Amino acid sequence: MSTPVRVPSLAGIAARKNPGTPRSDAPAKVEAESLNFYYGDKRALQDISVKIQPNLVTAFIGPSGCGKSTFLRTLNRMNDIIPGARVDGRVLIDGANIYEPRVDVVQLRRRVGMVFQKSNPFPKSIFENVAYGLRINGMAGSRPELAARVEESLKQAALWDEVKDRLHESALAMSGGQQQRLCIARALAVRPDILLMDEPASALDPIATQRIEELVYDLKRAYTIVIVTHNMQQAARVSDYTAFFWLGRLVEYDRTDKIFTNPSEKLTEDYVTGRFG
Amino acid sequence: MRRALDVAFQAVAMVVLCVALASLAALIWDVWRDGAGRLTWDFLTGFPSRRADQAGIWHALTGSIFVILVTIALAVPVGVAAAIYLEEYGSRSAVERLIEINITNLAAVPSIIYGLLGLGLFVRALGLGRSVLAGGATLALLVLPVVILSTREALRAVSKSLREGSYALGATKWQTIWYQVLPVAMPGILTGLILALSRAIGETAPLITIGAVTFVTFAPDSVWSPFTVLPIQVFNWVSRPQVEFQANAAAGIIVLLALLMTMNAVAIVVRDRYQKKVRS
Repeated sequence: MSTPVRVPSLAGIAARKNPGTPRSDAPAKVEAESLNFYYGDKRALQDISVKIQPNLVTAFIGPSGCGKSTFLRTLNRMNDIIPGARVDGRVLIDGANIYEPRVDVVQLRRRVGMVFQKSNPFPKSIFENVAYGLRINGMAGSRPELAARVEESLKQAALWDEVKDRLHESALAMSGGQQQRLCIARALAVRPDILLMDEPASALDPIATQRIEELVYDLKRAYTIVIVTHNMQQAARVSDYTAFFWLGRLVEYDRTDKIFTNPSEKLTEDYVTGRFG
Repeated sequence: MRRALDVAFQAVAMVVLCVALASLAALIWDVWRDGAGRLTWDFLTGFPSRRADQAGIWHALTGSIFVILVTIALAVPVGVAAAIYLEEYGSRSAVERLIEINITNLAAVPSIIYGLLGLGLFVRALGLGRSVLAGGATLALLVLPVVILSTREALRAVSKSLREGSYALGATKWQTIWYQVLPVAMPGILTGLILALSRAIGETAPLITIGAVTFVTFAPDSVWSPFTVLPIQVFNWVSRPQVEFQANAAAGIIVLLALLMTMNAVAIVVRDRYQKKVRS
Protein backbone atom coordinates (compact mmCIF):
# COMPACT_ATOMS: atom_id res chain seq x y z
CA MET A 1 0.00 0.00 0.00
CA SER A 2 1.44 3.33 -0.98
CA THR A 3 1.15 6.43 1.11
CA PRO A 4 -0.63 9.16 -0.82
CA VAL A 5 1.59 12.18 -1.27
CA ARG A 6 -0.14 15.11 0.28
CA VAL A 7 0.76 18.62 -0.64
CA PRO A 8 1.85 20.26 2.60
CA SER A 9 0.41 23.62 3.40
CA LEU A 10 1.81 26.58 5.23
CA ALA A 11 -1.61 27.56 6.52
CA GLY A 12 -1.49 28.03 10.24
CA ILE A 13 2.27 28.45 10.49
CA ALA A 14 2.11 32.19 10.01
CA ALA A 15 -0.49 32.20 12.76
CA ARG A 16 1.91 30.65 15.24
CA LYS A 17 3.30 33.44 17.25
CA ASN A 18 6.99 32.76 17.18
CA PRO A 19 8.31 29.43 15.96
CA GLY A 20 11.86 30.54 16.70
CA THR A 21 11.93 30.53 20.48
CA PRO A 22 12.59 27.27 22.21
CA ARG A 23 12.45 27.26 25.99
CA SER A 24 15.74 28.20 27.43
CA ASP A 25 16.98 30.70 29.94
CA ALA A 26 20.50 31.15 28.56
CA PRO A 27 21.05 34.32 26.53
CA ALA A 28 21.20 33.51 22.83
CA LYS A 29 24.58 33.32 21.13
CA VAL A 30 23.10 34.03 17.74
CA GLU A 31 19.77 35.66 17.19
CA ALA A 32 18.09 36.40 13.87
CA GLU A 33 15.27 38.95 13.87
CA SER A 34 12.80 39.03 10.99
CA LEU A 35 15.49 38.17 8.50
CA ASN A 36 14.65 38.28 4.81
CA PHE A 37 17.07 37.31 2.09
CA TYR A 38 16.83 38.00 -1.62
CA TYR A 39 18.69 36.63 -4.61
CA GLY A 40 17.89 39.45 -7.02
CA ASP A 41 14.10 39.59 -7.00
CA LYS A 42 13.62 36.14 -5.55
CA ARG A 43 12.97 36.03 -1.83
CA ALA A 44 14.88 33.02 -0.53
CA LEU A 45 14.25 33.54 3.18
CA GLN A 46 11.09 34.95 4.65
CA ASP A 47 10.93 36.54 8.02
CA ILE A 48 13.23 34.20 9.90
CA SER A 49 13.48 34.76 13.64
CA VAL A 50 15.47 32.32 15.69
CA LYS A 51 17.61 32.18 18.82
CA ILE A 52 20.60 29.84 18.86
CA GLN A 53 21.96 28.75 22.20
CA PRO A 54 25.65 28.77 23.14
CA ASN A 55 27.63 25.53 23.50
CA LEU A 56 24.96 23.42 21.94
CA VAL A 57 24.51 21.94 18.50
CA THR A 58 21.66 23.34 16.45
CA ALA A 59 20.67 21.47 13.30
CA PHE A 60 18.87 22.99 10.31
CA ILE A 61 16.85 20.45 8.37
CA GLY A 62 14.50 20.67 5.42
CA PRO A 63 14.21 19.64 1.78
CA SER A 64 16.59 20.92 -0.89
CA GLY A 65 16.08 24.57 -1.70
CA CYS A 66 14.31 25.32 1.57
CA GLY A 67 16.78 28.03 2.53
CA LYS A 68 18.66 26.24 5.31
CA SER A 69 22.08 26.71 3.69
CA THR A 70 21.25 30.27 2.69
CA PHE A 71 20.31 31.05 6.25
CA LEU A 72 23.49 29.44 7.57
CA ARG A 73 25.51 31.62 5.24
CA THR A 74 23.82 34.79 6.45
CA LEU A 75 25.34 34.10 9.87
CA ASN A 76 28.90 34.84 8.73
CA ARG A 77 27.87 37.08 5.83
CA MET A 78 29.22 34.57 3.35
CA ASN A 79 26.37 35.57 1.03
CA ASP A 80 27.95 39.02 0.70
CA ILE A 81 30.16 37.71 -2.08
CA ILE A 82 27.18 36.65 -4.22
CA PRO A 83 26.30 39.40 -6.70
CA GLY A 84 22.73 40.61 -6.38
CA ALA A 85 22.18 39.14 -2.91
CA ARG A 86 20.47 41.33 -0.33
CA VAL A 87 19.55 40.96 3.31
CA ASP A 88 17.12 42.81 5.51
CA GLY A 89 16.46 42.26 9.15
CA ARG A 90 19.06 41.72 11.85
CA VAL A 91 21.42 38.98 12.98
CA LEU A 92 22.74 39.51 16.47
CA ILE A 93 25.83 37.71 17.66
CA ASP A 94 26.42 38.26 21.37
CA GLY A 95 23.82 41.01 21.08
CA ALA A 96 25.54 42.99 18.29
CA ASN A 97 24.03 43.22 14.82
CA ILE A 98 26.48 41.83 12.26
CA TYR A 99 24.76 43.70 9.43
CA GLU A 100 25.63 47.12 10.88
CA PRO A 101 27.60 49.09 8.29
CA ARG A 102 30.62 49.49 10.57
CA VAL A 103 31.04 45.76 11.17
CA ASP A 104 34.32 44.38 9.84
CA VAL A 105 33.26 41.34 7.80
CA VAL A 106 36.75 39.90 7.87
CA GLN A 107 36.79 40.03 11.67
CA LEU A 108 33.29 38.53 11.78
CA ARG A 109 34.29 35.55 9.66
CA ARG A 110 37.23 34.87 11.92
CA ARG A 111 34.82 34.63 14.87
CA VAL A 112 32.25 32.61 12.94
CA GLY A 113 34.08 29.74 11.28
CA MET A 114 32.63 27.69 8.49
CA VAL A 115 33.01 24.19 7.07
CA PHE A 116 31.58 23.49 3.64
CA GLN A 117 29.66 20.65 2.07
CA LYS A 118 32.46 19.80 -0.33
CA SER A 119 35.75 19.66 1.53
CA ASN A 120 37.91 22.41 0.10
CA PRO A 121 41.46 22.11 1.39
CA PHE A 122 43.86 24.57 -0.18
CA PRO A 123 46.25 22.98 -2.70
CA LYS A 124 49.09 23.28 -0.21
CA SER A 125 50.58 21.12 2.51
CA ILE A 126 48.58 19.93 5.50
CA PHE A 127 50.57 22.27 7.73
CA GLU A 128 50.05 25.27 5.45
CA ASN A 129 46.31 24.64 5.30
CA VAL A 130 46.01 25.09 9.04
CA ALA A 131 48.64 27.83 9.26
CA TYR A 132 47.01 29.97 6.57
CA GLY A 133 44.27 31.41 8.80
CA LEU A 134 46.80 32.10 11.56
CA ARG A 135 49.13 33.87 9.16
CA ILE A 136 46.59 36.08 7.44
CA ASN A 137 45.08 37.10 10.76
CA GLY A 138 48.52 37.77 12.24
CA MET A 139 47.80 35.30 15.04
CA ALA A 140 51.12 33.54 15.30
CA GLY A 141 54.21 35.55 16.06
CA SER A 142 56.98 32.99 15.90
CA ARG A 143 57.48 29.73 14.07
CA PRO A 144 57.29 27.53 17.19
CA GLU A 145 54.11 29.31 18.20
CA LEU A 146 52.66 28.70 14.75
CA ALA A 147 53.62 25.03 14.86
CA ALA A 148 52.06 24.69 18.31
CA ARG A 149 48.79 26.23 17.16
CA VAL A 150 48.71 23.99 14.10
CA GLU A 151 49.27 20.92 16.26
CA GLU A 152 46.61 21.98 18.73
CA SER A 153 44.07 22.54 15.96
CA LEU A 154 44.80 19.20 14.30
CA LYS A 155 44.39 17.49 17.68
CA GLN A 156 41.06 19.24 18.26
CA ALA A 157 39.90 17.93 14.89
CA ALA A 158 41.06 14.40 15.81
CA LEU A 159 43.46 14.36 12.90
CA TRP A 160 46.87 14.79 14.52
CA ASP A 161 47.74 11.13 14.97
CA GLU A 162 46.97 10.38 11.34
CA VAL A 163 48.99 13.22 9.84
CA LYS A 164 51.73 14.12 12.31
CA ASP A 165 54.36 12.35 10.21
CA ARG A 166 53.33 13.93 6.93
CA LEU A 167 52.48 17.51 7.79
CA HIS A 168 54.35 18.81 4.79
CA GLU A 169 52.68 16.58 2.25
CA SER A 170 49.88 17.88 0.06
CA ALA A 171 46.47 18.05 1.67
CA LEU A 172 44.96 16.83 -1.59
CA ALA A 173 46.53 13.40 -1.06
CA MET A 174 44.35 12.77 2.03
CA SER A 175 41.11 10.80 2.02
CA GLY A 176 37.80 12.64 1.77
CA GLY A 177 37.04 12.27 5.47
CA GLN A 178 40.52 13.44 6.43
CA GLN A 179 40.19 16.43 4.13
CA GLN A 180 36.96 17.41 5.80
CA ARG A 181 38.51 17.10 9.26
CA LEU A 182 41.43 19.19 7.99
CA CYS A 183 38.91 21.86 6.98
CA ILE A 184 37.50 21.69 10.50
CA ALA A 185 41.02 21.98 11.98
CA ARG A 186 41.67 24.93 9.70
CA ALA A 187 38.49 26.64 10.89
CA LEU A 188 39.32 25.95 14.55
CA ALA A 189 42.86 27.31 14.23
CA VAL A 190 41.70 30.92 14.19
CA ARG A 191 39.73 30.30 17.41
CA PRO A 192 36.17 31.10 16.39
CA ASP A 193 33.28 31.15 18.91
CA ILE A 194 30.81 29.72 16.46
CA LEU A 195 31.26 26.97 13.91
CA LEU A 196 28.89 26.76 10.95
CA MET A 197 28.81 23.42 9.15
CA ASP A 198 27.07 23.12 5.80
CA GLU A 199 26.29 19.42 5.30
CA PRO A 200 29.83 18.53 6.36
CA ALA A 201 29.39 14.77 5.95
CA SER A 202 27.13 14.55 2.91
CA ALA A 203 29.96 13.42 0.62
CA LEU A 204 31.52 10.97 3.09
CA ASP A 205 31.18 7.27 3.73
CA PRO A 206 29.45 6.06 6.93
CA ILE A 207 32.68 5.60 8.91
CA ALA A 208 34.06 9.02 8.01
CA THR A 209 30.60 10.46 8.76
CA GLN A 210 30.64 8.88 12.19
CA ARG A 211 34.01 10.44 12.95
CA ILE A 212 32.71 13.88 11.97
CA GLU A 213 29.65 13.38 14.16
CA GLU A 214 31.80 12.37 17.15
CA LEU A 215 33.89 15.41 16.52
CA VAL A 216 30.85 17.68 16.49
CA TYR A 217 29.78 16.14 19.78
CA ASP A 218 33.21 16.84 21.35
CA LEU A 219 33.52 20.33 19.96
CA LYS A 220 30.27 21.67 21.35
CA ARG A 221 31.83 22.02 24.77
CA ALA A 222 33.97 24.84 23.41
CA TYR A 223 31.96 26.11 20.45
CA THR A 224 28.47 26.98 19.42
CA ILE A 225 27.75 24.76 16.45
CA VAL A 226 25.16 25.15 13.73
CA ILE A 227 24.94 22.26 11.31
CA VAL A 228 22.91 22.00 8.14
CA THR A 229 22.05 18.44 7.21
CA HIS A 230 19.99 16.50 4.75
CA ASN A 231 20.21 13.48 6.91
CA MET A 232 17.54 13.42 9.57
CA GLN A 233 19.15 10.61 11.55
CA GLN A 234 22.26 12.76 11.71
CA ALA A 235 20.28 15.73 13.00
CA ALA A 236 18.68 13.49 15.60
CA ARG A 237 22.04 12.05 16.66
CA VAL A 238 24.18 15.17 16.94
CA SER A 239 21.93 18.11 17.69
CA ASP A 240 20.32 19.54 20.81
CA TYR A 241 17.97 21.84 18.92
CA THR A 242 16.53 21.42 15.45
CA ALA A 243 15.03 23.97 13.11
CA PHE A 244 12.88 22.80 10.25
CA PHE A 245 12.84 25.02 7.15
CA TRP A 246 10.40 24.82 4.30
CA LEU A 247 10.13 27.10 1.26
CA GLY A 248 12.29 29.78 2.82
CA ARG A 249 10.41 29.85 6.10
CA LEU A 250 11.23 28.56 9.52
CA VAL A 251 8.40 26.16 10.23
CA GLU A 252 9.36 24.86 13.63
CA TYR A 253 12.24 25.19 16.02
CA ASP A 254 12.48 23.21 19.20
CA ARG A 255 14.44 20.66 21.18
CA THR A 256 15.59 17.92 18.84
CA ASP A 257 13.80 15.15 20.74
CA LYS A 258 10.57 17.09 20.54
CA ILE A 259 10.94 17.80 16.80
CA PHE A 260 11.48 14.13 16.09
CA THR A 261 8.97 12.60 18.49
CA ASN A 262 6.25 15.13 19.04
CA PRO A 263 6.42 18.09 16.66
CA SER A 264 3.83 20.82 16.98
CA GLU A 265 3.40 21.29 13.25
CA LYS A 266 1.83 18.75 10.94
CA LEU A 267 4.32 19.79 8.25
CA THR A 268 7.28 18.98 10.48
CA GLU A 269 5.84 15.63 11.36
CA ASP A 270 5.29 14.82 7.68
CA TYR A 271 8.87 15.75 6.89
CA VAL A 272 10.61 13.94 9.74
CA THR A 273 8.59 10.83 9.13
CA GLY A 274 9.61 10.92 5.49
CA ARG A 275 6.24 11.63 3.88
CA PHE A 276 7.73 14.32 1.66
CA GLY A 277 11.03 16.03 0.99
CA MET B 1 27.57 2.30 -41.06
CA ARG B 2 28.04 4.41 -37.91
CA ARG B 3 31.17 2.50 -37.14
CA ALA B 4 32.54 3.08 -40.65
CA LEU B 5 31.91 6.81 -40.30
CA ASP B 6 33.71 6.79 -36.98
CA VAL B 7 36.76 5.16 -38.51
CA ALA B 8 36.63 7.45 -41.53
CA PHE B 9 36.53 10.54 -39.34
CA GLN B 10 39.50 9.35 -37.35
CA ALA B 11 41.43 8.73 -40.58
CA VAL B 12 40.62 12.18 -41.96
CA ALA B 13 41.69 13.84 -38.72
CA MET B 14 44.93 11.87 -38.79
CA VAL B 15 45.69 12.89 -42.38
CA VAL B 16 45.04 16.55 -41.61
CA LEU B 17 47.36 16.39 -38.63
CA CYS B 18 50.07 14.76 -40.76
CA VAL B 19 49.76 17.46 -43.43
CA ALA B 20 50.17 20.17 -40.80
CA LEU B 21 53.16 18.49 -39.18
CA ALA B 22 54.77 17.63 -42.52
CA SER B 23 54.62 21.20 -43.80
CA LEU B 24 56.11 22.45 -40.54
CA ALA B 25 58.86 19.84 -40.73
CA ALA B 26 59.56 20.70 -44.38
CA LEU B 27 59.86 24.37 -43.47
CA ILE B 28 62.27 23.71 -40.63
CA TRP B 29 64.26 21.28 -42.76
CA ASP B 30 64.51 23.81 -45.57
CA VAL B 31 65.67 26.57 -43.24
CA TRP B 32 68.11 24.21 -41.53
CA ARG B 33 69.61 23.09 -44.83
CA ASP B 34 70.13 26.70 -45.94
CA GLY B 35 71.32 28.11 -42.67
CA ALA B 36 73.02 25.43 -40.59
CA GLY B 37 76.32 25.98 -42.37
CA ARG B 38 76.42 29.60 -41.26
CA LEU B 39 75.77 28.83 -37.59
CA THR B 40 79.24 29.51 -36.22
CA TRP B 41 80.39 31.23 -33.10
CA ASP B 42 81.56 34.11 -35.23
CA PHE B 43 78.11 34.45 -36.73
CA LEU B 44 76.46 34.55 -33.31
CA THR B 45 78.88 37.11 -31.91
CA GLY B 46 79.43 39.14 -35.09
CA PHE B 47 78.01 42.42 -36.29
CA PRO B 48 76.45 43.35 -39.62
CA SER B 49 78.70 43.66 -42.58
CA ARG B 50 78.39 44.36 -46.28
CA ARG B 51 80.11 41.03 -46.84
CA ALA B 52 77.82 38.13 -46.16
CA ASP B 53 80.44 35.76 -44.81
CA GLN B 54 81.55 38.28 -42.17
CA ALA B 55 78.07 39.39 -41.09
CA GLY B 56 76.87 38.33 -37.65
CA ILE B 57 73.77 38.54 -35.55
CA TRP B 58 74.88 39.51 -32.04
CA HIS B 59 73.31 42.99 -32.22
CA ALA B 60 69.93 41.61 -33.29
CA LEU B 61 69.96 38.76 -30.81
CA THR B 62 70.72 41.07 -27.88
CA GLY B 63 68.24 43.58 -29.30
CA SER B 64 65.49 40.95 -29.30
CA ILE B 65 66.35 39.85 -25.77
CA PHE B 66 66.38 43.44 -24.47
CA VAL B 67 63.09 44.27 -26.15
CA ILE B 68 61.35 41.11 -24.95
CA LEU B 69 62.56 41.71 -21.38
CA VAL B 70 61.09 45.22 -21.46
CA THR B 71 57.88 43.76 -22.92
CA ILE B 72 57.67 41.20 -20.11
CA ALA B 73 58.42 43.80 -17.45
CA LEU B 74 55.61 46.04 -18.71
CA ALA B 75 52.97 43.64 -20.05
CA VAL B 76 52.95 41.07 -17.23
CA PRO B 77 52.28 43.29 -14.21
CA VAL B 78 49.90 45.60 -16.07
CA GLY B 79 48.08 42.78 -17.85
CA VAL B 80 47.70 40.57 -14.78
CA ALA B 81 46.62 43.51 -12.62
CA ALA B 82 44.05 44.61 -15.21
CA ALA B 83 42.71 41.06 -15.43
CA ILE B 84 42.46 40.80 -11.64
CA TYR B 85 40.54 44.04 -11.52
CA LEU B 86 38.14 43.07 -14.29
CA GLU B 87 37.59 39.53 -13.05
CA GLU B 88 37.61 39.92 -9.28
CA TYR B 89 36.69 43.50 -8.46
CA GLY B 90 34.80 44.82 -11.47
CA SER B 91 31.04 44.95 -11.45
CA ARG B 92 29.07 43.92 -14.48
CA SER B 93 28.17 47.48 -15.40
CA ALA B 94 27.61 48.71 -18.96
CA VAL B 95 30.95 50.56 -18.93
CA GLU B 96 32.83 47.44 -17.97
CA ARG B 97 31.09 45.34 -20.57
CA LEU B 98 32.17 47.94 -23.11
CA ILE B 99 35.76 47.68 -21.86
CA GLU B 100 35.60 43.89 -22.11
CA ILE B 101 34.38 43.97 -25.71
CA ASN B 102 37.07 46.45 -26.62
CA ILE B 103 39.85 44.37 -25.10
CA THR B 104 38.67 41.39 -27.13
CA ASN B 105 38.66 43.56 -30.25
CA LEU B 106 42.11 44.97 -29.49
CA ALA B 107 43.55 41.47 -29.54
CA ALA B 108 42.61 41.32 -33.24
CA VAL B 109 43.91 44.76 -34.29
CA PRO B 110 46.72 44.55 -36.91
CA SER B 111 50.12 45.04 -35.31
CA ILE B 112 51.09 47.93 -37.58
CA ILE B 113 48.41 50.02 -35.85
CA TYR B 114 50.23 49.45 -32.57
CA GLY B 115 53.39 50.57 -34.34
CA LEU B 116 51.75 53.87 -35.25
CA LEU B 117 50.48 54.26 -31.70
CA GLY B 118 53.96 53.51 -30.34
CA LEU B 119 55.50 56.03 -32.72
CA GLY B 120 53.09 58.76 -31.70
CA LEU B 121 52.98 57.96 -27.99
CA PHE B 122 56.33 56.54 -26.89
CA VAL B 123 58.77 57.83 -29.50
CA ARG B 124 57.36 61.35 -29.93
CA ALA B 125 54.97 62.37 -27.14
CA LEU B 126 56.87 60.74 -24.28
CA GLY B 127 60.19 61.45 -25.94
CA LEU B 128 61.62 57.96 -25.49
CA GLY B 129 63.16 58.12 -28.95
CA ARG B 130 63.79 55.08 -31.11
CA SER B 131 64.97 53.11 -28.11
CA VAL B 132 64.66 49.60 -26.72
CA LEU B 133 62.26 51.08 -24.18
CA ALA B 134 59.94 52.46 -26.88
CA GLY B 135 60.09 49.14 -28.76
CA GLY B 136 59.38 47.05 -25.68
CA ALA B 137 56.54 49.34 -24.64
CA THR B 138 54.98 49.10 -28.10
CA LEU B 139 55.12 45.31 -28.05
CA ALA B 140 53.74 45.35 -24.49
CA LEU B 141 50.70 47.25 -25.76
CA LEU B 142 50.39 44.75 -28.57
CA VAL B 143 50.30 41.68 -26.32
CA LEU B 144 48.42 43.26 -23.42
CA PRO B 145 44.96 42.20 -24.67
CA VAL B 146 46.10 38.58 -24.99
CA VAL B 147 47.65 38.65 -21.51
CA ILE B 148 44.49 40.15 -20.02
CA LEU B 149 42.14 37.72 -21.75
CA SER B 150 44.12 34.61 -20.88
CA THR B 151 44.67 35.72 -17.28
CA ARG B 152 40.95 36.35 -16.84
CA GLU B 153 40.25 32.91 -18.23
CA ALA B 154 42.69 31.38 -15.75
CA LEU B 155 41.22 33.32 -12.81
CA ARG B 156 37.70 32.34 -13.76
CA ALA B 157 38.68 28.67 -13.71
CA VAL B 158 39.64 28.83 -10.01
CA SER B 159 36.85 27.17 -8.05
CA LYS B 160 34.45 29.16 -5.93
CA SER B 161 34.90 26.72 -3.06
CA LEU B 162 38.60 27.59 -2.78
CA ARG B 163 37.77 31.29 -2.51
CA GLU B 164 35.01 30.61 0.02
CA GLY B 165 37.39 28.51 2.10
CA SER B 166 39.74 31.46 2.30
CA TYR B 167 37.06 34.05 3.04
CA ALA B 168 35.60 31.83 5.74
CA LEU B 169 38.89 32.03 7.65
CA GLY B 170 38.74 35.80 7.75
CA ALA B 171 40.90 36.48 4.71
CA THR B 172 40.40 39.75 2.92
CA LYS B 173 39.67 39.78 -0.77
CA TRP B 174 43.24 40.74 -1.55
CA GLN B 175 44.69 37.97 0.66
CA THR B 176 42.40 35.46 -1.00
CA ILE B 177 43.50 36.52 -4.48
CA TRP B 178 47.20 36.72 -3.62
CA TYR B 179 47.63 33.58 -1.52
CA GLN B 180 45.02 31.23 -2.98
CA VAL B 181 43.66 32.29 -6.36
CA LEU B 182 46.82 33.47 -8.13
CA PRO B 183 48.98 30.41 -7.35
CA VAL B 184 46.24 28.11 -8.65
CA ALA B 185 45.70 30.29 -11.74
CA MET B 186 49.43 30.61 -12.43
CA PRO B 187 49.77 27.69 -14.89
CA GLY B 188 46.95 29.14 -16.99
CA ILE B 189 48.43 32.63 -16.81
CA LEU B 190 51.82 31.34 -17.93
CA THR B 191 50.29 29.48 -20.86
CA GLY B 192 48.77 32.76 -22.01
CA LEU B 193 52.12 34.49 -21.53
CA ILE B 194 53.87 31.93 -23.72
CA LEU B 195 51.41 32.66 -26.52
CA ALA B 196 51.68 36.41 -26.06
CA LEU B 197 55.47 36.54 -25.94
CA SER B 198 55.82 34.16 -28.88
CA ARG B 199 53.83 36.65 -30.85
CA ALA B 200 55.86 39.61 -29.59
CA ILE B 201 59.23 38.12 -30.38
CA GLY B 202 58.29 37.48 -34.01
CA GLU B 203 56.86 40.96 -34.67
CA THR B 204 58.53 43.13 -37.29
CA ALA B 205 56.01 45.68 -38.55
CA PRO B 206 55.37 47.73 -35.39
CA LEU B 207 59.09 47.94 -34.63
CA ILE B 208 59.95 49.13 -38.10
CA THR B 209 57.17 51.69 -37.75
CA ILE B 210 58.63 53.13 -34.56
CA GLY B 211 62.01 53.22 -36.25
CA ALA B 212 64.02 50.22 -35.15
CA VAL B 213 67.10 50.57 -37.30
CA THR B 214 67.87 47.92 -39.86
CA PHE B 215 71.59 48.45 -39.84
CA VAL B 216 73.21 48.85 -36.45
CA THR B 217 76.77 48.00 -35.72
CA PHE B 218 76.54 47.76 -31.97
CA ALA B 219 74.63 45.78 -29.36
CA PRO B 220 72.24 47.70 -27.10
CA ASP B 221 73.73 48.46 -23.70
CA SER B 222 70.71 50.06 -22.03
CA VAL B 223 66.99 50.53 -22.55
CA TRP B 224 67.79 53.89 -24.16
CA SER B 225 69.89 52.40 -26.97
CA PRO B 226 68.74 52.26 -30.55
CA PHE B 227 68.22 48.65 -31.53
CA THR B 228 67.21 46.12 -34.08
CA VAL B 229 65.64 42.70 -33.55
CA LEU B 230 66.05 39.30 -35.15
CA PRO B 231 63.01 39.37 -37.47
CA ILE B 232 64.06 42.78 -38.82
CA GLN B 233 67.61 41.57 -39.43
CA VAL B 234 66.28 38.47 -41.20
CA PHE B 235 63.98 40.62 -43.31
CA ASN B 236 66.92 42.85 -44.17
CA TRP B 237 69.04 39.91 -45.31
CA VAL B 238 66.25 38.26 -47.27
CA SER B 239 65.74 41.45 -49.29
CA ARG B 240 69.42 41.57 -50.36
CA PRO B 241 70.07 40.51 -53.95
CA GLN B 242 73.26 38.54 -53.14
CA VAL B 243 72.51 34.86 -52.67
CA GLU B 244 75.01 34.48 -49.79
CA PHE B 245 72.79 36.63 -47.58
CA GLN B 246 69.97 34.10 -47.98
CA ALA B 247 72.05 31.67 -45.94
CA ASN B 248 72.48 34.35 -43.28
CA ALA B 249 68.71 34.87 -43.22
CA ALA B 250 68.12 31.15 -42.75
CA ALA B 251 70.65 31.04 -39.93
CA GLY B 252 68.97 34.09 -38.36
CA ILE B 253 65.64 32.26 -38.42
CA ILE B 254 67.23 29.30 -36.64
CA VAL B 255 68.59 31.64 -33.96
CA LEU B 256 65.14 33.23 -33.59
CA LEU B 257 63.50 29.80 -33.25
CA ALA B 258 66.08 28.77 -30.66
CA LEU B 259 65.45 31.95 -28.66
CA LEU B 260 61.70 31.39 -28.84
CA MET B 261 62.03 27.81 -27.67
CA THR B 262 64.35 28.74 -24.83
CA MET B 263 61.90 31.36 -23.64
CA ASN B 264 58.96 28.95 -23.84
CA ALA B 265 60.97 26.22 -22.12
CA VAL B 266 61.60 28.54 -19.18
CA ALA B 267 57.90 29.37 -18.98
CA ILE B 268 56.94 25.70 -19.17
CA VAL B 269 59.38 24.72 -16.43
CA VAL B 270 57.96 27.44 -14.19
CA ARG B 271 54.43 26.35 -15.05
CA ASP B 272 55.12 22.70 -14.27
CA ARG B 273 56.58 23.72 -10.95
CA TYR B 274 53.37 25.50 -10.05
CA GLN B 275 51.28 22.61 -11.27
CA LYS B 276 53.24 20.18 -9.16
CA LYS B 277 52.83 22.44 -6.16
CA VAL B 278 49.11 22.65 -6.76
CA ARG B 279 48.49 18.96 -7.43
CA SER B 280 50.87 16.59 -5.73
